[in-house]
Amino acid sequence: MENIIELDNVTKRFGGITALNKASLKVTRGEVVGLIGDNGAGKSTLIKTLVGVYSPDEGDILIRGKKVNAWNALKARESGIETVFQDRALTPQQSIVKNIFMGKELRYPFGFIKEKEQIFEANRLIREIGFTSKLINAESPVGNLSGGERQGVAIARAIYNKAELIVLDEPTNNLSLNETQKVFDFVLNVKKSNRSVLFIGHNIYHVYDISDRFVILDRGEVVHQLNKNDISTPEELMKIMRDTIGAH
Amino acid sequence: MSNNNSYLSNYFHRNGRALGSIGYFVLLMVIFLIGAPEAWIRPNLHQSVFVMMPTLIFLTIPLVFLVASGEIDLSFASTYAVAAYVFALLVKNGVDPAICLVLGIFTGAAIGALVGTLIVVFRLSSLVASLGVLFLLRGVILLLSNSRSITIMEVENHWIYPLLVGNFYGFPMQIFWAAIFVIFCYYFFNKHVFGIHIQHVGDNSVSAEQMGINVNAVKIKAFMFVGIGSAIGGIFTTMITYTFFPTQGFGYLLLALAAVFVGGTPYWGGLGTIIGAVFGVGIIAYMEIGIIAIGWSGEWRQFFNGLIILLALLGHRLHGERVR
Repeated sequence: MENIIELDNVTKRFGGITALNKASLKVTRGEVVGLIGDNGAGKSTLIKTLVGVYSPDEGDILIRGKKVNAWNALKARESGIETVFQDRALTPQQSIVKNIFMGKELRYPFGFIKEKEQIFEANRLIREIGFTSKLINAESPVGNLSGGERQGVAIARAIYNKAELIVLDEPTNNLSLNETQKVFDFVLNVKKSNRSVLFIGHNIYHVYDISDRFVILDRGEVVHQLNKNDISTPEELMKIMRDTIGAH
Repeated sequence: MSNNNSYLSNYFHRNGRALGSIGYFVLLMVIFLIGAPEAWIRPNLHQSVFVMMPTLIFLTIPLVFLVASGEIDLSFASTYAVAAYVFALLVKNGVDPAICLVLGIFTGAAIGALVGTLIVVFRLSSLVASLGVLFLLRGVILLLSNSRSITIMEVENHWIYPLLVGNFYGFPMQIFWAAIFVIFCYYFFNKHVFGIHIQHVGDNSVSAEQMGINVNAVKIKAFMFVGIGSAIGGIFTTMITYTFFPTQGFGYLLLALAAVFVGGTPYWGGLGTIIGAVFGVGIIAYMEIGIIAIGWSGEWRQFFNGLIILLALLGHRLHGERVR
């Protein structure tokens, strides 16, 4: 399987603090990787390095097997890495279609918008990622959607932006069980379309349910990489996590 | 069935506010018709409204863009006079009125750009800062013009006069220009990148920024558009009356703002309606002129203006509160 992105022994320091210490991680096509770790474990540094906000002090970043120099946010986006942040960067009074195309509208000459094409494409995208309700279509305002569905709009937008890897930062925070399930369905549809997801979460049960592979981060180091086959219950994952963090 | 429901609900989300202000307009007409049928039937009532409406439209519609972007501007009432002053002064000095028109509009755009930049770059409150500019520019005008008006009868013989403010089979030409302006603005607001970005910026500027929209540039352009609209309004009025007078425009300050909100554009940004604003202008204009036409004293005008603003706001509450 092709590696979408690979971090090879990446170190990132801020002043005297080593936020990431020789961290290695890869995401292959069509897999869901769960990233877990306690507060201050280096999750957010890792994500920001992955999406090009930070460039590593040491170590390499490889995109589809090729080393990339001078890693930055633009290169990350061009490589098909899109982040869906916790606040999802939506404008709730506007329609789904306007949100999906925000800042990247399909245009005729002189800046007029190809409205019909946008609506058609937006409807296709939201069906593709798993919106099933007949009450929701591309012209529905985002403000009428639930928390999980808004996450779906942000994911649909990432797909429109040609994402190969979608980084979801705490996507199930503050969501009810029902809404969390919706987000899982969206993630599974992303996976089905042969794209990859990096799923970051506090809730081990959520991460366990959705991920194919787990990466455990502690004090800037990747201390464990486990396949789902290696463990049988979320409790086991929790125990591994607690033991490593305790022993470390 | 449910598809129809979602279609209807989306339709009302998009057009509810415009439909609301159309409703108030019709209601007002009915009240006039029942209350004072003989005044309503007289054509000169409607003619007076038709003279007033274009100026208000040039002022109000660009304000919809600005309010939708999450800002407000009061200085437009002075920009109106500055542009008219530049126009009148140049005409008086023998410059071709067509060139004066272009330069006057350019002045409006430049003032808008300055006000916008000031507010956006220094993160000032647009309400307070533009209030300051309103007084400042008015002061500049009074000083420059020595509080004297300028009469420009000579514009009447120039080709732009019949084209812009002449009479076309009983209709003032500015009605047609205002109509073209409205149609243009409708598409500009709803179907153009400029309008769409304004709505995103006014809705949630942080989100807009994250998605690569240049928030400051969008806002400054909206201020410029208000400046352009005010300049057109001021110059048209100066041409119609052949006179620039230093206090002109002040009377439109509150009327244009009222028309924006009575028209259904909410104050909090992200939403706006061009069609609603046109009917908002209609309501304000008929209110202003209708009260006098039916023979009531001027005091009632202010009273009813106030009443209608409050009733309209209460009515627009039906379209719900801000969604976050």
